[in-house]
Amino acid sequence: MQQFVNVTLSGLTQGMIYAAFALALVLIWRSTRIVNFAQGSMAAATAFIALALINAGQSYWVALIVALASGFILGAVVERVIVRPVEGGPELNAVIVTLGLFVAIQALIAIIFGSSFQSFPTPFGVRGFTIGDTTILLTPTSVYIIVSVLITMALLVALFRFTRVGLAMRASAFGQEVARLLGVRVGRMLTLGWALAAVVGSLSGLLIAGGGFIYPAYMDSLIVFGFVAAVLGGLDSPVGAIVGGLILGLALSYVSGYVERGSALVNVSALVILMVVLLVRPGGLFASSTARRA
Amino acid sequence: MTDAQGSTSVSVGASAGAGARTAPGAALLEVEGLTSAYGPVRALDGVTLSAEAGRITAVLGANGAGKTTLLRTISGLVRPVAGRVTLGGEDITRAPVEAMVGKGMAHVPEGRGVIAELTVDENLRVGSLFRGKVEKSEFDRVYDIFPRIAERRDNPAHTLSGGERQMLVIGRALLAQPRILLLDEPSLGLAPRIVAQIFGLLRTLVDSEGLSVLLVEQNARSALSVADVGVVLNLGRVVVTDQARSLMADEGLRHAYLGF
Amino acid sequence: MSESQTPAPDRPAGELIEEAPVTATAAANVPSAQATGGRSFLPKSTLLRHLLVLVLCAVGAVILLEITDPFTNSQLASLTYYAIAAGGLTVLTGLNGQISLGHGALMAVGAYTTALFLQTERGEEPLPLPLILLISVVTATVVGALVGVAAARLHGPYLAGATLALAVGLPGLAVYFQGTFGGDQGLRVRAPQPPDAFTSFIDFVSGNAATGTKWLAYVGTICLLITYFLLANLMRSRIGRTWRAVRDQEVAAELAGINLGAWRVLAFVVSAAAAGLAGGVLALVVRLAAPSGFSLVLSLSLLTAIVLGGLGSLLGALLGSALLVFLPPFVTDLGGSFGLDNTKAAQIAPFVYGVVLIVAMIFAPAGFVGTVRLRWMTYRAKRAAAGRATNGG
Repeated sequence: MQQFVNVTLSGLTQGMIYAAFALALVLIWRSTRIVNFAQGSMAAATAFIALALINAGQSYWVALIVALASGFILGAVVERVIVRPVEGGPELNAVIVTLGLFVAIQALIAIIFGSSFQSFPTPFGVRGFTIGDTTILLTPTSVYIIVSVLITMALLVALFRFTRVGLAMRASAFGQEVARLLGVRVGRMLTLGWALAAVVGSLSGLLIAGGGFIYPAYMDSLIVFGFVAAVLGGLDSPVGAIVGGLILGLALSYVSGYVERGSALVNVSALVILMVVLLVRPGGLFASSTARRA
Repeated sequence: MTDAQGSTSVSVGASAGAGARTAPGAALLEVEGLTSAYGPVRALDGVTLSAEAGRITAVLGANGAGKTTLLRTISGLVRPVAGRVTLGGEDITRAPVEAMVGKGMAHVPEGRGVIAELTVDENLRVGSLFRGKVEKSEFDRVYDIFPRIAERRDNPAHTLSGGERQMLVIGRALLAQPRILLLDEPSLGLAPRIVAQIFGLLRTLVDSEGLSVLLVEQNARSALSVADVGVVLNLGRVVVTDQARSLMADEGLRHAYLGF
Repeated sequence: MSESQTPAPDRPAGELIEEAPVTATAAANVPSAQATGGRSFLPKSTLLRHLLVLVLCAVGAVILLEITDPFTNSQLASLTYYAIAAGGLTVLTGLNGQISLGHGALMAVGAYTTALFLQTERGEEPLPLPLILLISVVTATVVGALVGVAAARLHGPYLAGATLALAVGLPGLAVYFQGTFGGDQGLRVRAPQPPDAFTSFIDFVSGNAATGTKWLAYVGTICLLITYFLLANLMRSRIGRTWRAVRDQEVAAELAGINLGAWRVLAFVVSAAAAGLAGGVLALVVRLAAPSGFSLVLSLSLLTAIVLGGLGSLLGALLGSALLVFLPPFVTDLGGSFGLDNTKAAQIAPFVYGVVLIVAMIFAPAGFVGTVRLRWMTYRAKRAAAGRATNGG
């Protein structure tokens, strides 16, 4: 029983991170019909920036803010300079461009910061809370992870629901041409969308790094998990991405918690889940057949 | 809908238009020698026409005559190879698409252009975004004109019927306070009764508010019944420009180009 | 699903048409008959022409391997497995328009199969090498067929994501079943000794030492030549044309009674077979089959090779693979001379691959070979038009 609780808790915590990463993928997919395979590398780059600051004596929080800000800038620059020329073109071209970016950024990180494993701090403890005389696997760090992802999601909801910029961004995503005719600067909105997505991606990269190690390729698995989570939710739906992330987090946690040496099987399990979803429900688990683009 | 037609007294947007009002009958939108091409194919070949203030100008012609391309070129979605477009005397030929609405041109594209994922209310709000803060009363006025969409204001736009969508996009265009409204095939896929309602409403807005309309239609009979002036396009060229009434009366022309 | 994948349907159609988007696969659009027509010194029959080219390439390969030093020999051996895999990927991505980031994993299947079959009890002789490689091909083909059945229903980003998951996920199996696959350490491969006939052949041709390295370079070269000969014939055949039709004219092809799914699976199977062979050769040349050898970077390197070469051309795939082999030492040295340590300098090569992918897609989607070919054809078309004009007037 205690193991079940612990495995579930750690699955939910991981799931929150996958959800955030998946959400970032969905934000970009909705607006530009591109899956940003470079998102993991971009997040890793910001994590290394944060670590450099921390090593230089800055506090975790300063490093966090600078990292998120650099994620914002990186996302905007990437969209404007690299992705814009292939937007709306053949989908294979856009896929290849983001893959190229993925490799290039990852290599650049290794060139600048080296390829070795470096420990990444967390501002809160990693020892579980105690209830009675049993210690459960809910740590202050996991509470921090869950709360910060929830706050981020709430901010995004507020942005999209209640602000003019949010409305303009949604209009640009769903009806580019109509939005342009209505005077919305669609190009700027797409850039902003990429920038915000990069911030969310960066946050998930920092959260998963906390209390562990980072190296240039440390986000590789997370790209897969984020993609699987996003596809679980239908790739078009932010809510779906979050639910997909949580489901995937739990599923993978049960695999690694209950199967002997199951941690080696986590990536394969993600693959299996992805294939099953794509073959059985390609529109995602919650695909309603309402005319999405009527 | 019937009470919508009755509510002619409401006043919307156009009177507070983006620029100085142009006297009725004076040329507002002028197109000169407009030519545009898709690769080697010329979709428009030296089109010249003018839409007068406070009038409905209907552009007619068969499928592939270049009607939609004409509107898309005017609003900047397609870059012309040659020619000039002026709105109230200002040359807007090369102005970016996003700037057109600010200059007083509202283009409702073919297929209506509702943003299906947004609610009815959000669709309207997008239409006024470029103006900054807009009084709530302006939205209320649009809802007064179109009570049908007022009932559905919080529903996603993809749940609307074709007629309701057309009302929504016209209402949205009105919120931009345009000097000229470019409408692309508003009758497409609508029942004749709904077409008549929408055209009737358009006429009311033009007569009472001084709105100007450039209307592209394949349904020539309906369009000519509401328009003041008709321009017939064929294979990218203007065949004839005349009063709508005279075009209606010209049986040979109707048979040759308008299909009725 | 296809509905939600349509890229930016609200994009102004006019703009797209005006700018005439150059697709990534433009090079492969060049009709074969036109590209080769008018050169009368080659035989008319495609098969004969390919046989002639095969013989010429074989002779060229022997000369190349015999005039170069042992280090270059080993580099060329590496070139062969990259080129075999890239050739298969060319069929899949270039001809049939499906992307795969999972070819590194399929190579792993081939490599582990070869490694397992070469592991024998003391004193026991392993199966003959050609048979082992054939088994590797078959194994990878079976896995490829499974993946292909799933992949046939996906496209674009979905396919890329699924095969990405494959590339990241499959090596985990080698770790999980460590008893069989050796875990993180992988399997050491005992490369077979060159046969006597090979020693006397080298002695006859050049008098060089018939080392194990040289033998493996020859094994790789033979595999490469056979693979490319088969692929070239396939690409020029009815099958190749059907693949192009499936890629470019999806709807028309379906209306013509072509079973899109089956043809996509077939393309995946063919390219998986090539990847399996490449994996087998890799295991021999590197003498190791380990999870770290089949990272995502391997799959992305292959993609770089075919993109750079111009999707859809075997020559391009070969040239792209040459870049994968000869660029890293060059740029690593360059990095070293700028004061980077070895591990950092070694990352310059993947950095260049990434930049190449981006730049190629933005500026020359037809790739190097494709761009040259398109230029050449434009030039010829213009000349022909000019010729007609003078004749007519």
